Amino acid sequence: MTSLSVNGLSFSYGARRIFDQVDIDAVDPGKLTALIGPNASGKSTLFKLISGLLKPSEGRIGLGNMDAATLSTQARLSRIRFMPQFFAANAALTVFDVVMMAQKQLRGWRVSSTDMDAVGKALHEGGIGHLSEAYVGELSGGQSQMVSVVQALIRPADVYLFDEPTSALDLHHQLAVLGQVRRAVTQRNAVGIVALHDLNLAARYADHLILLGDGKVLAEGAPSAVLSDTALAETYGVEIAIGQGPRREICVHAYAS
Amino acid sequence: MTDQAFDDAKVDGIVRGYRRRSAKRVALVTCAAAILAVMVVLDVITGPAELGFWRTVEVILTPANATPKETVIIWDLRLPVALMAVVVGAMLGVAGAEMQTILNNPLAEPFTLGLAPAASFGAALAIVLGWSVIPGVGGIFVTVNAFVIAMLTSLVLFAFTRLRGVTTEAMVLVGIAIFFTFNALLAFMQYGASELQLAQLIFWQLGSLARATWPKVGICVVVLGVLLPYFLSRSWSLTALRMGEEKAASLGVNVSLLRLLVLAGVSLLTAVSVAFVGAIAFVGLVGPHIARMIVGEDQRGFLPLSALAGAMILSGTSIASKAITPGVVYPIGMITSLIGIPFFVSLILAQRKRHWQ
Repeated sequence: MTSLSVNGLSFSYGARRIFDQVDIDAVDPGKLTALIGPNASGKSTLFKLISGLLKPSEGRIGLGNMDAATLSTQARLSRIRFMPQFFAANAALTVFDVVMMAQKQLRGWRVSSTDMDAVGKALHEGGIGHLSEAYVGELSGGQSQMVSVVQALIRPADVYLFDEPTSALDLHHQLAVLGQVRRAVTQRNAVGIVALHDLNLAARYADHLILLGDGKVLAEGAPSAVLSDTALAETYGVEIAIGQGPRREICVHAYAS
Repeated sequence: MTDQAFDDAKVDGIVRGYRRRSAKRVALVTCAAAILAVMVVLDVITGPAELGFWRTVEVILTPANATPKETVIIWDLRLPVALMAVVVGAMLGVAGAEMQTILNNPLAEPFTLGLAPAASFGAALAIVLGWSVIPGVGGIFVTVNAFVIAMLTSLVLFAFTRLRGVTTEAMVLVGIAIFFTFNALLAFMQYGASELQLAQLIFWQLGSLARATWPKVGICVVVLGVLLPYFLSRSWSLTALRMGEEKAASLGVNVSLLRLLVLAGVSLLTAVSVAFVGAIAFVGLVGPHIARMIVGEDQRGFLPLSALAGAMILSGTSIASKAITPGVVYPIGMITSLIGIPFFVSLILAQRKRHWQ
């Protein structure tokens, strides 16, 4: 049971201020949290700060009762999993190879049978078993996102951060991936934060929403509360109407204002 | 079949595929090592004097049984050259493989990015002017000079990789700029050199195994023996780097530090090989590409096979350099360039095709 909290976080890229004294209430484990906000609102930057890939100029990232800054880079990254979504290079590495890399976490030279079974199982469960021997350079955008999700989920961690894991996926796979992430977070009782652009998906899958805009947290809380907050329409610059779908789920409709 | 059994069968299938590939990798590396051993013997046989294959193997394995003539020809003359080709080929193969990995650039190798010309220039400083970049290192100052200049050049390359928007092709252009800079400086050295020094400089530029001796082979073996295990120990980190800098960082790789350490290692490999056999082009480019095509880029297979491929190329070149015209030994640098350039051009064209798609 380790929650994640952010207190007084400030960060700038050179002279450009991204965050100024940002606070996020403790994010509870075992639930899925969605991070929403317009482009360039700092979602990716926030993830990098939480995982320690970027250093904040001020503030504290709390992991349970602990300050995450006291952990070594390796220890912190093994407790807070953040996996970028795309492969940069057309490397001659297969999907199995790159998932094995996430399984090994750079430790030990040899690959044991346990490691191999774990990777095989993760690939099968992630629905990408048929891609096992494909080179990562040949994957489509959607496929490489699914591989990244499997890479992120293969090892136990206290916090999982997903940066737009569904942006390149078709409808079927969007639902499958978010369902998989949600199940994993619940089963492992871990903190799970997903950055999403699609507010309807956020409303459907998340138990908790955080709205980011202009380097601040504009609203946080239950989906119904955050989605009907006036700050949402304001920060996106659109008019928003909330309705109910055929299965009583929340539907978000946006109109150009 | 139940769902559970079905899932298990699927997982088994996936794991079997990976096991098969791992076993194939081990078999290929073993096979390459065996072929290399045969090539060394062939290299020793090639040349004047009638030596049989098995007799040569016997003399190499049990030196005590050899006649004095065989001892001189095989142990004193031919074997140092043959082994030098193997060790330097392996060094260049490793250097090329790691440069391609850390710079994320398929065209990178010590020669195309200007490290080898830089090392040549460092050596020239020592030969012509008697300058030592680091004072007080004594007799090995030719090698030390070559290393220091190569290292400084790789720091310049490292700085370029830190700049935003520097593409693969731009890196090669930077390499060409460095290449011409050091060639011009080398020409400057030649202009002021005496005839004896000039002969020595030409030797650097053409690349030749003729001056191989047992101590030089020993130094190369030590350098490779330290750096290859180090690179192998960083296998996962180096493989991770090929997924992209961000992904590697998220797995806990300290990307800048790893790049810097590996570049230092590559500079050392380049400097030592240039100091002893001169600038040998394209072995570091072709070797890793052959390895990549065969076993992919998991460093645990890629690195050993790059080393073996480099060693095989240089060993083959050494055989060819003696076999083309009986009685004449051509400088091997010329031959590797002639073989390597078409390969290099085809890589650039393949690169272009990818951008067009």
